[in-house]
Amino acid sequence: MLESINRKFGPNTLRVSILVLVLVLMVLFFSTQIQNYLNPRLFVRISTSVSIIALIAVGQAVVVMTRNIDLSIGSIIGCTAYFLGGIMALYPNIPAFLVMPLAMLIGAGFGMVNGLLVSRFKLPSIIVTLATLAIFRSILVQSSGGRSITTASLPVWLVDFARTNAFEIAGFQIRWMVVIAVLVVVVMHIFLTRFRAGRQFYAVGSNPDAAEFAGINMQKTVLQAFLISGALAGLAGFMYLSRFGNITVVAGLGLEFKAVGAVVVGGINIFGGSGSVIGALVGATLIDLLDNSLVRWELVSEFWRDAILGLLILFAVAMDAILMRRLNARRKKPIDEKVQDPQDAISTNGTTPKMEEK
Amino acid sequence: MEAQSNIQRLFKPLISWEGFLLFALILLFIGNSISSPFFLTVNNQINLFQLSIEKVIVAVIMTLVIINAEIDLSVASIMGLSACAFGWLFQMGVPAAAAVPMVLVLGAILGGFNAFWIAWVGIPSLVVTLATMIAFRGMARVLVEDRGITDFPDWFDGLGQNPFVGPFPLAMIVFFLLVAIFYVILQKSTFGRQVYFVGSNREVAEFSGVNVRRVKATIFIASGLISSLAGLLFAARVGAVRGDVALGFELDIITIVLLGGVSIFGGTGTMIGTLLSILIVLNLRNGMALSNITGHIQTGVLGVLLILSVMVPTIKQFLTKLFGAKISGEQKELKNE
Repeated sequence: MLESINRKFGPNTLRVSILVLVLVLMVLFFSTQIQNYLNPRLFVRISTSVSIIALIAVGQAVVVMTRNIDLSIGSIIGCTAYFLGGIMALYPNIPAFLVMPLAMLIGAGFGMVNGLLVSRFKLPSIIVTLATLAIFRSILVQSSGGRSITTASLPVWLVDFARTNAFEIAGFQIRWMVVIAVLVVVVMHIFLTRFRAGRQFYAVGSNPDAAEFAGINMQKTVLQAFLISGALAGLAGFMYLSRFGNITVVAGLGLEFKAVGAVVVGGINIFGGSGSVIGALVGATLIDLLDNSLVRWELVSEFWRDAILGLLILFAVAMDAILMRRLNARRKKPIDEKVQDPQDAISTNGTTPKMEEK
Repeated sequence: MEAQSNIQRLFKPLISWEGFLLFALILLFIGNSISSPFFLTVNNQINLFQLSIEKVIVAVIMTLVIINAEIDLSVASIMGLSACAFGWLFQMGVPAAAAVPMVLVLGAILGGFNAFWIAWVGIPSLVVTLATMIAFRGMARVLVEDRGITDFPDWFDGLGQNPFVGPFPLAMIVFFLLVAIFYVILQKSTFGRQVYFVGSNREVAEFSGVNVRRVKATIFIASGLISSLAGLLFAARVGAVRGDVALGFELDIITIVLLGGVSIFGGTGTMIGTLLSILIVLNLRNGMALSNITGHIQTGVLGVLLILSVMVPTIKQFLTKLFGAKISGEQKELKNE
């Protein structure tokens, strides 16, 4: 039976379905444990906080696909939220439809610094973004002079944006933030799976040499990945500003680890070349739902939250690794007989994109 | 030609990364001594060490971890959890003298936990230690919740705060001992060669009969043990523990090691490089603090340095292209500045 499932669906569809199943089981479990758990308010709270994490998880996913990592996301969010808040306080008359592109532009500017350093100078991304994590934050501290952005200084519509519904279904309010995040995920998913320019990210990550031989511009593709990650972090910064209103110099601190966590739980191989942004979205939702539910679970004290979260991330990744190895062992046999491509037969990580396309 | 190669031979040790670090350190010493007369005193030097001694102790073992082409993001959380475990045990009535070895064993177990997932299950260390970084920090919070634990016995606080031998506090002696021990292990022992070998090419090492799992497990267990020792020293120096002990230290520690010339891809780097990098970072921070530059900006400056340090090969390549192939030793020396 496993064999037939294995043939019908790619490992990614399988993985995302399992994650969604876990998500549903988790909601059911917590609804038996926590009184009045399943209510529209929980939905609103989780969906708005997932929107922010999902955006940066998608950006991180694109970067990780190209065999890189972006650790500077938290600082980019902090900077964007702070500078955007400053700009809005100075020029409250900027039309609303320009603010989001402006936020993405600010974020993409930071992303470009990362992208240029990694692609042009061929520097390891983990070092570059570790450094820019500190540098961007110190730029923020230096230019702020210790002052904070307060809700009072922002235009009213901006503060209200996080609380405005796009529409309502059966008592569940769907905030604009959620609509935007879902839109970003869908657009990115279509872009990455259906367009040549999107497939390049997978190609570069799964086999850089082959990608180069195939005529893909490596530098451009890696730069684009960091630009996307930066722009989405900028958008997340806008939402952060709107949701919290009061922005201090430590805004967004540590969010990069949440993004990486969402990406690895979502089944995106940290060595590049595989995974989907849908996985990143589900990973982000899982982590955030757990985070929000454990606080309210009376059986364990709220201090257990991080301990459980960390162990579950580890458990999810381990299960994924072991399952994929099994599946791959089954998959390998017919391929070995035909020997179409030596790379396929040698490959040890179960998630090369060639197989996913089937 | 003959003369040129002689010049090159003369400058070769200086052109190496360690030579450059030494040069930078000397510049830093001169600059700092000019700006403040108190800089080059034994007390100031001990003091600047003492302020971040726990980080630099962990940087010693992190050197081995990164040479082995792995990374350990959980060190700061192990430091925090160890300090909190000590505080918790002490509060439960366990005498401090008994709690210390128990905490050290705990540190080794935490390192072993990392090692299990990395070496046996085969999950990338970046992912494993990211998860345990969150988990161990969470456990520290479980143990002390939002309290602070203080009032440790005087001898324990004294170990962290008072001079131990001559003017040197215990932590500093531990640090220099560890540097000496790991220098010998890394540069002179079979195990050290294996660490480099596995780091530069894991598969070849495996085929040559190196027990890769054992090498990785040993390193991660040692990393856990030393991190927990550093956590205890932190508790002794501050005289109190809280859930956020050593929060965010991992980035500083990794920065120090990478600045010391250890490649993030593994296989290269030396203990001397790390030691020089530690001295540079500490003196730079001290110098900046003397000129009233705040902590966040100091970290930013270190970030710029980190990027510049990995850019050196690229700059070298660029200049070689610019000046053609005939670059003499002096020119290379100039570039390093």
